[in-house]
Amino acid sequence: MKPFTYARPSTVADALAMVAEVPGARFLAGGTNLVDLMKLQIEQPTHLVDVSRLPLGQVEETAEGGLRLGATTTNSQVAADARVRVRYPALAQAILAGASGQLRNKATTAGNLLQRTRCAYFYDTTKPCNKREPGAGCAAIGGIYANTAIFGASQACIATHPSDMAVALSALDAQVEVTGQNGQARAVALDDLHRLPGETPQIETSLQPGELITAVVLPPPPLGGQIYRKVRERASYAFAIGAVAVAGGKVALGAVAHKPWRAKAAEQALAKGANPAEAMAAEMTGARSDGHNDFKVKLMGRLGAACLTSTAGAGSDQ
Amino acid sequence: MSSVKDWAAPTPISENRSGLIGKGVNRYEGRLKVTGTAPFAYEVEAPSPPAYGVLIPASIARGVVTSADVSQAKSAPGVLLVWSPDTVPAQGERGARINPRSQRGSNPALAARVEHFGQHVGFVVADTLENAKAAAALVRFTYDSVPADLIFEDCLDKAEDPEGEEDVRIGDFEAAYAKAPVRLDASYVSPLQNHAQMEPCATTAWWDGDQVTVHTSIQMVKGGQHTLAETLMIPSTQVRLLTRYIGGGFGGKGQSYDDLTLAALAARELGQPVKVAYTRQQMFQATIHRPAVQMRVRLGAQADGRLDAFALEAVTHCRREAPFTEHAANFARSLYAAPNRLTGHRLVKLDIPAAGAMRAPGEASGMLSLECAMDELAEQLGLDPIELRLRNEPETDPETGKPFSTRQLVRCMTEGAQRFGWDRRNPKPGQVRDGRWLVGLGMAAAIRGNFLLPAKAGVRIDADGTLTLRQGMTDIGTGTYTILAQITAETLGVPLSQVKVELGDSDFPPAPGSGGQFGAATAGSAAFAAGMNLRRALAELATGDPNSPLYGDDPELVTFGGGNIAVDNRAEPLDVLVARAAPEGVYVEGSITPAADARDYSQHTYGAHFAEVGVDPDTGEVRLRRMFGVFAAGRILNAKTAMSQITGGMIWGVGTALHEYNAVDPRYGSFIAQDLAGYHVPAHADIANLSAMFLDEVDDKANPMGIKGVGELGIAGAGAAIANAVYNACGARIRDYPLTPEKVLAALP
Ligand SMILES: Cc1cc2nc3c(=O)[nH]c(=O)nc-3n(C[C@H](O)[C@H](O)[C@H](O)COP(=O)(O)OP(=O)(O)OC[C@H]3O[C@@H](n4cnc5c(N)ncnc54)[C@H](O)[C@@H]3O)c2cc1C
Ligand code: SF4
Repeated sequence: MKPFTYARPSTVADALAMVAEVPGARFLAGGTNLVDLMKLQIEQPTHLVDVSRLPLGQVEETAEGGLRLGATTTNSQVAADARVRVRYPALAQAILAGASGQLRNKATTAGNLLQRTRCAYFYDTTKPCNKREPGAGCAAIGGIYANTAIFGASQACIATHPSDMAVALSALDAQVEVTGQNGQARAVALDDLHRLPGETPQIETSLQPGELITAVVLPPPPLGGQIYRKVRERASYAFAIGAVAVAGGKVALGAVAHKPWRAKAAEQALAKGANPAEAMAAEMTGARSDGHNDFKVKLMGRLGAACLTSTAGAGSDQ
Repeated sequence: MSSVKDWAAPTPISENRSGLIGKGVNRYEGRLKVTGTAPFAYEVEAPSPPAYGVLIPASIARGVVTSADVSQAKSAPGVLLVWSPDTVPAQGERGARINPRSQRGSNPALAARVEHFGQHVGFVVADTLENAKAAAALVRFTYDSVPADLIFEDCLDKAEDPEGEEDVRIGDFEAAYAKAPVRLDASYVSPLQNHAQMEPCATTAWWDGDQVTVHTSIQMVKGGQHTLAETLMIPSTQVRLLTRYIGGGFGGKGQSYDDLTLAALAARELGQPVKVAYTRQQMFQATIHRPAVQMRVRLGAQADGRLDAFALEAVTHCRREAPFTEHAANFARSLYAAPNRLTGHRLVKLDIPAAGAMRAPGEASGMLSLECAMDELAEQLGLDPIELRLRNEPETDPETGKPFSTRQLVRCMTEGAQRFGWDRRNPKPGQVRDGRWLVGLGMAAAIRGNFLLPAKAGVRIDADGTLTLRQGMTDIGTGTYTILAQITAETLGVPLSQVKVELGDSDFPPAPGSGGQFGAATAGSAAFAAGMNLRRALAELATGDPNSPLYGDDPELVTFGGGNIAVDNRAEPLDVLVARAAPEGVYVEGSITPAADARDYSQHTYGAHFAEVGVDPDTGEVRLRRMFGVFAAGRILNAKTAMSQITGGMIWGVGTALHEYNAVDPRYGSFIAQDLAGYHVPAHADIANLSAMFLDEVDDKANPMGIKGVGELGIAGAGAAIANAVYNACGARIRDYPLTPEKVLAALP
C-alpha cells in the first residue's frame, strides 16, 4: 500500500470540494473493495475522502411511491428494510446472496455499484490487463479464467461486473442520483451507469471525474412476481458465475457482461407471448462464448427460464 | 526396543480414574485464541523495534535472473536493505541433518536459477511494511527464460517411475481381470489443491551475539532448527526456534520457507529484529501444494461381487528438482480382499511450485477413485454398495497376510447405515425430488494408516504442586496442548487446572511435530512416559523421606489420585511432599520408541461416510443436505477435539468433492486462484447437518495408551461419498473432481 492522506467531510459540498482539490483523490465508502485493491497496489489513490459520514444513510419513500436508497445505506440495512423486503423482494434477495454478513455490514449502496471486476488477471499484477494499464493487453483473452463475459465483450476486455445488487436494480429500472463538481444533481438510469468495455475498459461508468453518487431511486414496484437467483461454486461467500433477476416482465442477467445485462430480447419475446424457454432462447442467440465460458450459455438459458416460470402469474411478493 | 506386549498392561490412562481421558474438555489455549491474545509468529514482540521484510516473486516459470536493478528501491523512503540473487548472503547447503520426512530443499533463498513462477528472487527490508512493499515494486529484473513443462495433463507421456519405487503386484492381475465375468475400468482425476491455511508463513527473528532466536510458523520444530542452522552455517545450538501457536499447517508447514531464512539473515545484517510474512498470493505461489492425480481403477469381480482382480494406478506430479510422490494407491493395499492385485505410481516432473504433503496425503485424493469405482461396480452387479464391501472384507491384510491390530470397518458401515437411514436410498438414480432439488444418498469407506515415531517429553513438578509438561512439539490447531494436559493430569492424578503445557521450543525435549496423524500418539506417548517416570521419582521421594507418611513403604505400591500420593490410607498432597522434600522441584524426562513387533500387524484407522445431497437440475449446483460418519480410531483422548478433527476432515472432504481446485496458466506457470475469494473451500452455508461418532476401541498394538490418530481419517473417502450421492441424485457420474456446477450441468440432460 502506498502512503495516502485521509479526510472525512460531513457535507456533500465538502466532499465534492475535497475530491476536486487533490489529484488522484477518491471517495471511500465501506472500503471493502477499494482498500483490498489498494493493498495490492491496483488502486493507488493519493487522498481518500471518506463519504461514510455524509447524511446519505436513509431509506426514504418517494412521492411517486418508490424508495430512495441513500448512497451510504449499507447492504445489510437495505436488505433488512421491511419496505424493501415486501415491495422489492428481488433486491433483498440479491443483496443477501452477495458477499458475507460482515462485508454487507460495511458495504454501501454506492460502493456496491462501483465495485470493480473480479477477473483473476485484473487481480494478478504480474499479468497484462487493459483495465489496470490501458494498452497493456488482456491476459484473460486466451487465458484459463472462465468467469468471463458472454455478452458485450470486446477485443480489449472480457471481464464481468460482479455485483448482485446491481442486477436486481437493473431489472427494477432503478435510477442513480449523482452530484457533479458544479454542484448540479442529475439522474442516470442504472442501465446507463455501467459501460461496455469497448476500446477503453478502464472507463467503467458514465460518471464524470469527481462525481458523487448520492442515492439510488426505485420506481414503484412493478406488477408481477420478482425473483433473484444466483449460481455460485459454493453455497455462500462466492461471486456469481451466473445470476438472473426478474421483476414483472423485466429480466436482467448477472456475471455475463461488463455491466448488469438487461435481457431486452427476452423481454420483447415475452411481450409477444413467448414462453420462458423461448424467451431465454431468444436472448441467448446473442451470446458469444469462447470455449472456457461455454457453460454459461446453457446455464443462463435454463436459469432464466426457471426464474421466469416461477414468477409467472405471481403477485409482487412472488 | 519396546514390544507391543509391554503395552497391554493396565495404566493410569486405561484405568482413567478421574475420567479425564476421553472427556471433551475445552482447549487449553482456546481463550487466548478467541480473545486474540495468543501471539502468532508475526505478532511476537521483539526485544527492540523490528524492521519489515517483503519478498519479491519471479515472473517467469523457468530460467535464470540475468540482472536486478535495485537502484530505485534502495533510495526509496525507509529502505534498509535490498537483496537480489547476486547480493544475498551466502547460505549453507541443506541436506546432511535434514529429516527427509519433513524437509525439502527450498534452498538457497533468492537463487538466480528460477525453478517456478513465484519463486522469490528479491527481498526488501524497510522501517515499515508499507515502505518495504512500495520499494519492492520498484525492483526490476531481467531473465533468460527456458521452455518449461507446466501442464500435468499435457505431460503425461513424460511420466516415470518414482525413484526407488516399483509397482506392487500380487498374483496375476492381467490374467484374472481378463477372465472376470464383471469388469469395471474407470479413470478419475483429483485436481491440484492448496493448503489455504489462515495464518501465512511468517517469522520474527533477532540475534543476541552469535545466537539467533526465531519465532516462526512451522509444524516441525527440530527440522526447522536444523535447516536454519545449516543455512546460516552455524551449529544448531546457536539457533533457538519457537513456534507456540500455528494458524493451520495441514502439511504445508512441514518445512520452512524463505521467510525464515531471510528474516534470520537480514536480522544479522541489520543488527535489528526483522519480521517477514508471506502474502496471501505467496502462500499459493511459493509454498507446496497437493498435486493433481490421475487414477485408473480396474476391478474384476465374480457375479456374486467377490473381487478377483483389483488395480489402482496413479499418475501424479512434482517439481522437477523436488521429488515427491503423492501415494494415492497405497491405501488400497489394505482395504479390500482380492487375490490378484496391482498398485503403483508414476510421476511427472513439472516446473511449478513443489508438490508436498497435505492432510491425508495419498488417501485424500486416492480414495476419490476406488470408493467411487466400488459404487459403480455395485450398481453393475445390482448389489448395495455396503453389501459389495462386506463381500470383500478381508480377514487379514490382503497384501501382507498380517493380522489387523484392530479393524472395525464393517461395524462402521453397518452402524452408520442404521443411524443414517441408508435403507431409504433408492438404488435407481434420479428418482427422489424435494421441490426443485434432486436428492441422492451416497456412502464410502475410510481408511488411513496409523503411525508412531520416536519422541521425548519432560515434566516437572514445583513446590506449589504445579506440573509443567515441556515438549518440542507443535499444536497446529488440532488440540495437542489440551490432550497433553489431560494425559499429564490423569497420569499424576491431579486436576487439569494444576497442569501447564509448554510447546514449540527447540530447547525442549524433541518430538517429531505435527503430521501424518501421528502427533497425538507420538507426543502423547512420550508425555505419558514422562508422567510415569515422575510417578516413580515421587514414589521414591516419598517412601525415602522420613517426614512422609509413606516413609518406608514399597514404592511399587504407591498410588496417585485427587492430587495426593498414597499407600493404602496413608497419603499426602503432592505439593506438600515436593515443598518439603524437593523444594527446588522434580524434573524428569520420558521417551517413546516404536515397538519392533508393531510391524507384525496391519494397523490403520477406519470409518464410513454417509452423505445426502441435493442437485439443482437448472444449474448443476450441488448442496450437501446432511452427512454422517462413523469412525474407529483407538481410544479417544478428548471427545471434543477429536470430534472437531474428524468433522473438520469430513468438511474438507466436502470441499474436495465440490469446491477445491487450482489450475496452472499454461502461458505463465502461475496459479489462477491466488486468494481466498478465488480459491473456494466450504463456507458455513455449505455444511448442513454434518456429524460423526466414534466406535469404542482400544488398539493395544499402537502405543502404551491404545490411541490412534484422528487428524486425517475424516477426509479419507469423504469426497467419494458426496460424488456417489450426486450420482444417486441425478444419474451424472462425474469422475473429474471437483463436481462444479459447470461439470454437473454439462452431464445433466
Ligand atoms: C471476499 C468478498 C466477497 C464478495 N462477494 C460479493 C458477492 O458475492 N456479490 C457482490 O455483489 N459483491 C461481493 N463483494 C463485493 C462487495 O459487495 C463490495 O466490496 C462492496 O459492495 C463495496 O462497497 P463499499 O461501500 O465497501 O465500497 P468501497 O470499497 O468503499 O468503494 C468502492 C468504489 O466505489 C467508490 N464510491 C464509494 N462510494 C461512492 C459514492 N457515494 N460516490 C461515488 N463513488 C463512490 C469508491 O471510490 C470506490 O471506487 C465481495 C467482496 C469481498 C471482499
Ligand atoms: S478481461 Fe479485462 S479485467 Fe480481465 S485481464 Fe482482460 S482487460 Fe483486464
